[in-house]
This record gives sequence, structure tokens and C-alpha cells, in this order.
Amino acid sequence: MIEGVKISGSLRNRLTVSLIGGAAVLALLMYFIVRAYATQIAQQGQDNILGASVNSILDAANVSEGFIDVDFPYASFSMLGTDTDDRVFYAIYQDDELLSGYDGLAQIFPEVDKGSAYGNTTFKGAPVRLASASRMLVGADLRVQLTVTVAQTQDSLLGALNRIGRNVAIFGAGFFLLVVILAFWATSTAIGPLAQLTTSVARRGPQDLSPVASPVPREMAPLVFSLNKLMARLEYSLSRSEDFIAEAAHRVRTPLATVRSHAEATLLRVDKEENRQAMRSMIRAIDESSRAAGQLLDHAMITFRADNLDQKNIDLVELVQDLAMRLSPIAEMRDIELQLDALGPVSVIGDAILLQNAIRNLVDNALKYAPSESIVRLVVATTPKPSISVVDEGAGFPVGEINLLPDRFARGSNSGGIIGSGLGLTIAQEVAEAHGGGLTLNNHSRGGACVTFSF
Amino acid sequence: MRYIFFLILTFLVQPVLAEEWEDQQFFGSATSQKTLRILSNTDTRFFAPIIESFLKSQPSVSVKYLVTGSAELYDIFRTSPEDFDVVISSAMDLQFKLVNDGYALALGDLEHPDWAQWRESLFAFSTEPATIVINREAFEGVPTPSSRQDLIKALRQRPETFQGRVGTYDVRHSGLGYFFATQDARASETYWRLTEVFGSLGVRLYCCSGDMIDDLVSGKIAVAYNVLGSYALGREDAQSQIKVILPSNFPTKMMRSAFVSTNTRLPDVAGTFIKHLTGIQADISKAATFPLPPLDRTVEPAISLDPALMTYLDRLKRRTFIQEWESAIIQ
Repeated sequence: MIEGVKISGSLRNRLTVSLIGGAAVLALLMYFIVRAYATQIAQQGQDNILGASVNSILDAANVSEGFIDVDFPYASFSMLGTDTDDRVFYAIYQDDELLSGYDGLAQIFPEVDKGSAYGNTTFKGAPVRLASASRMLVGADLRVQLTVTVAQTQDSLLGALNRIGRNVAIFGAGFFLLVVILAFWATSTAIGPLAQLTTSVARRGPQDLSPVASPVPREMAPLVFSLNKLMARLEYSLSRSEDFIAEAAHRVRTPLATVRSHAEATLLRVDKEENRQAMRSMIRAIDESSRAAGQLLDHAMITFRADNLDQKNIDLVELVQDLAMRLSPIAEMRDIELQLDALGPVSVIGDAILLQNAIRNLVDNALKYAPSESIVRLVVATTPKPSISVVDEGAGFPVGEINLLPDRFARGSNSGGIIGSGLGLTIAQEVAEAHGGGLTLNNHSRGGACVTFSF
Repeated sequence: MRYIFFLILTFLVQPVLAEEWEDQQFFGSATSQKTLRILSNTDTRFFAPIIESFLKSQPSVSVKYLVTGSAELYDIFRTSPEDFDVVISSAMDLQFKLVNDGYALALGDLEHPDWAQWRESLFAFSTEPATIVINREAFEGVPTPSSRQDLIKALRQRPETFQGRVGTYDVRHSGLGYFFATQDARASETYWRLTEVFGSLGVRLYCCSGDMIDDLVSGKIAVAYNVLGSYALGREDAQSQIKVILPSNFPTKMMRSAFVSTNTRLPDVAGTFIKHLTGIQADISKAATFPLPPLDRTVEPAISLDPALMTYLDRLKRRTFIQEWESAIIQ
């Protein structure tokens, strides 16, 4: 179907791959965006609690009798309890001096009364998130900046993030799978009209060069438009070439016929033996030319038709019978009997005009080379393949040239004196090949040539 | 004045006695290769059966059981964490802080209720209430108090009987005492009223439950407050002299807890010991064989293992609390 067409990639694959690739990129993008967003939200949640804890401690601070007292509530720390038992660290600073809590906990000193500041650090070997806030305390003879920092490990946060990450990954994978299925579906839907067009063009008969009528998607319109234009041009050129063949046949045959009739008339009027001889040679040459012209036109016609077989169901027996009837006058002239051997109808699919032409050439040959008062047998067989054999009782093919005879303009060495163009077997062979069969030449053991035209 | 002298004496004696153990026992064969060093504030008699049953399954192991007070335990362990494999204490807050500060090894493969463990490192294995223990003789003919309010009433009605005969923990030196006191104070204002009454009666201050019970049995004191019920009930010989009362309103319950030191040389043996310990304590049917009260799995405790336990360990909070406590109790 597609021999000789250069293939470069596949639209279907290209479409599928780009859809799936796009989906993969989108799924990955979604994963990272959702994860980043979840991280932000989870971090926000932890920050809020840390900030609340810091503020509850800071709020409990007061100055009494020159001492800083920070009587923070039980809830300051209990609010920091998590499922994964995150560790908690804190520090209370009076100006730059540690008042209580863990020494060495990294300090952020946010601006006084400007809310909490947040950061990440490592404390006691664990990565922690910390919140800090500051407050100015003013007593009778005291003015200090109190800074509170609360830090917490991030096991719970990471646990939550991993859970979210896992869920998002599952969703992403599911989404991706769905898109893969959709991609295959979308691709075959998109490719569908192309396949339909291919089928409709491939199914056309050889004579059908009408434009594609069924509607096609917009993207395919230029292609179908070009195809229709090409077919229109082809049809035009074909009809011209058919016209040309008909014209040529007419133009060559008619003058030749005129010349022949003149030559024959002249022959009757000429008395001198040498002139009569010359006239006979002339008539022979005209016959040969006429026949060659006919054969050439036949051959041209066959070359054209072989590319566009007009395939129909044909009964070979009927075809041969018809042919034999038409050729019987010529046969009778030469006292040759045309004998048809067939058991019943043999049905084949083929181009009737071409087959007729081919078989007629074979029978013509047989009639030319067969001796008078002999029989030319036309055998129609069904096994192993449908075939027609033309068997005569003549001299047979010259043994050394048997394979060369079907070549164009090749004539056997024993053909001397017999009119012929050298195209008869060529035509028969080309028709046979156009029908997927072949032409076999051989000599009968009892003498005589046998040509088998098989499908 | 008497008490100030007592306090000064205690302060002076403290550092000298730091490495003097209240008790020190060796279990198993002296020639064994592996010696598990357990630092504990729990009387040896409560732990001996547990250790002995553990050694039955671990014949190649011996156990050195070192007992000290809960506050000293905390200091000793922080100073030299590499000297001990397992730490057991009734002071939940101090235990919690040690784990929070990274001194405990996580044991991943131990099945334990979530509320009774922290970071798979600290494992609570008993539920023990703080109780009021009275000398029966002192309450003859009068109804025994069933709550803190009852106790306040009883003490106020007969101050002459109770003058100098009331005992409780010295919260400045007992980790468990401080823990009970802070949790009491957190739960109700009654604690402060009670403390003031104690102060007015010239309260005797103790380091440990054991000493208080001794004095109750001998009749030296008539009432002891916040004594570990398990210790009092453990004195089977003395039940005719003393009576253990579980305060009906807001009972303060402590969970004894254990962890494996990160610096342990025997992480496997220590882990197995914790598993053995929590296994025994989870099994109610073994309560008769092992004197330590089991872990009460029926209710989640009011005092849970969470970061809030560190609240009263804060230097400022502690200073404020001690100041208040001193001003109430020392008059």
C-alpha cells in the first residue's frame, strides 16, 4: 500500500508524545506548586502558634520591686504540643542578657512592639523554627527591653508535608494517567478523518477522478483542495491523452488505407511484371505499416490502461468464444480451424478490453505461423490458475530466442516473410503482468508453439 | 528560726552528699560482662522484683541500681550522662526536660499508648496519686478528711494537736515535691490556703516520701501532704498506724517514667529493659507480683507528657513560685 513512500515520523506519535509530555510537565509543575504552597501554609500554621506562645510569655512580663517577673501561663507551652512530640526551646532575654530558658538559642531581636519575627536555625542538633518578639518594660527606675524567643523542631510539619506530598503525588499520577488515556483517545479522534480520506481515495475505481465530496476538518481542507485540483488536472490530461491516441490512430490508419486502395488500383492497371512486383511489395509494406501503427496504438493504449485497470468480472470462455468468432473469417481464409477447449465458464476479474486485445494478438500470431489446414486450439483452464493457452501446429518458437521474443520489436528468426511488428507478444505480456499473471512460451513436444496467458 | 537553720544545713550538706547514694544495689553476677547502670529515684524495694525478673531473661547482664532524690538525679545525670544507661524518675517535668534537651534515645519498636510516651523516648509506666496520709491516732473520734478543704478545716479546728506535726515536701529540694506543688497550685487556689495553714502550724519539710511515712508511723507527725500513695500503701506493717486518703477533688496523679540515655554503652540491653518494664507495668494481672502500681490505661492523665511540663522549670517561674511558697509556709 505504501511502498515507495518516504516515512518521516508519525503524526499520531508526535501528537501523543506532545500531549503526554505536556501532561507530565504539568503534573510535575502541579506537584511542586502544591507542595510549595502546602509548605507555606503549614509553616504559617506553625509560625502562628509559635507567635502566640511568644506573645503569651511576653504579655505575662511585668516589673515588680525592680525585678523582671515573667509569670507566663501553662498554656504558653502546652499549645506547642504536636502529634509527633516536637521539642520546644525558649529563651527570655533582658536587653542582651539571658534571663531564663535555653542559653545559646539563636536570637533574633525584632523591633520593639512590632510583632514577631520568624526564622530557621539549628539548636541541640535539630533544625528548629523560631519566633521572637520584643517588648519594652518600664518600671519605677527601670527601663528594659524584654525579648522572648520560642523555638520548635519541625517533625510534625515535615510529617504533614510528606503526607501532603504523597497525596499530591498520587493525585498527580492519577491526573497524568487520565491524560495519557485522553491523549490516545484525542489522537485517534484527530487522526480519524485522515484515515477516512485515505480509505475513500484508495477505494476509488481507476476511472473515478471526481473531487472528494465528503466533508473534512478545516485543517485538512488545503490538502483535499490540492488533491482535488491534482485529480482534475490528471483527468484533463488523461482525456487529452486518450483523445490523442484516438486521433493518432485515425490520422495514421486512414491515409494508409487510402494509399493501399490506390496501390491496389494501380496494381490492376500495371502490366509489366517488374512493376507489378514493386506494387505488391509496396502493398505489403503498407500492410506492415498499418499493422505496426495499429499495434503501436494498442500498445500505447495498454500502457495507459494497465495503470488504471477497469476491473470487472469477466467470463474468459465467453471472451475467447467471442474472439474466435470474430477471427473465424481470417482463419477460414487460411483453412485453419479455431478450436475452443473449455469445460465451463471461467470467471476472472480483469479489464475486458485489454484481455481481448492480448488474446487477439496471440491468436493472430498463431494464425500467421500455423500451416494451412491445421488446427489452432484455444484452451481455457481453471487450474492451477485461470489461464488461456493458444496452441498451433506450426514450426514452434526458435529454441534459442524463446526468452527474448516478448521484448519490444523482437521477432523470431523464422518469421521471414510473415508480416509482423514485434509487439504482439509484448502487448500480451504487459496485459498479463498488469493482471498479476504472466506469459509462458514453450514448444509443444509434437511440434507447434504454445503460448499460455495466465492470471 | 529552726527552719532557717534546717535550710542552711541542707544547703551545706547538699553538695557533699551529691554522689552519696540513698541506696545502691547490685543485681546479678559480679563477673558478668555487661552491667546496666540504672539511675533512679524509686526505692529499691519497688524495683527489685522487676530487675530480678529481667535478669532471668538476660543471664549475661547484671544491673547496678542507684537511688537518689529526683532533683539530685536531674543534676547528676546532666553532669555526667555517660555514666548511666537508664534513667527512672517520678518527677515528670524533669524527665521531660532531659528528653527535650536531647538526652534520651528513641526506641522505635516499643508499643505504648501515645499519651504515655514522648518522642518514643520517654515512657511512663506507672500512675501514682499524691495522697494525704494521716496518723490514725491523731484522728481518733473525729471524721477523717476526704478532701483538701476537709483537711484545712480539721487543721484549723485543732491547731494544738497539729502544731509541729504536719509534714510535706520541701519543694526547694525535692523535684517530685516541686512537681506536685506546682500542679496543685495550677489546679486550684486551695493549695495556697493549705500551704498557709501548714505554715501557721510550723510544718516539717521533708526530702522524700519515705521519711515522712517513717515519722507518721512513729507518731512524730499526724498529717503528711502530697505523699506518694504507693509508698504509704507499700508499708504493709504500718497500715494500722496510718491511713492513706486520696483527695476526692482534683487528685494529682504522677506518672513514673523512664528513658535510655543517648550516651548508653548498652543501647540494646537498655531498650530491652524498658520494654520489660513497660510490659510488666501494662499487665494488671502482674500487679500482685510487682509492688509498683501499674500504668492506668483507663483514663488519659490530667497531667500529660507535653511541653507545658517545662513551664514551672523556668528559672523565673520557679523563683516566683518558691518566693510565694516560702512566704506562705515560713512564718
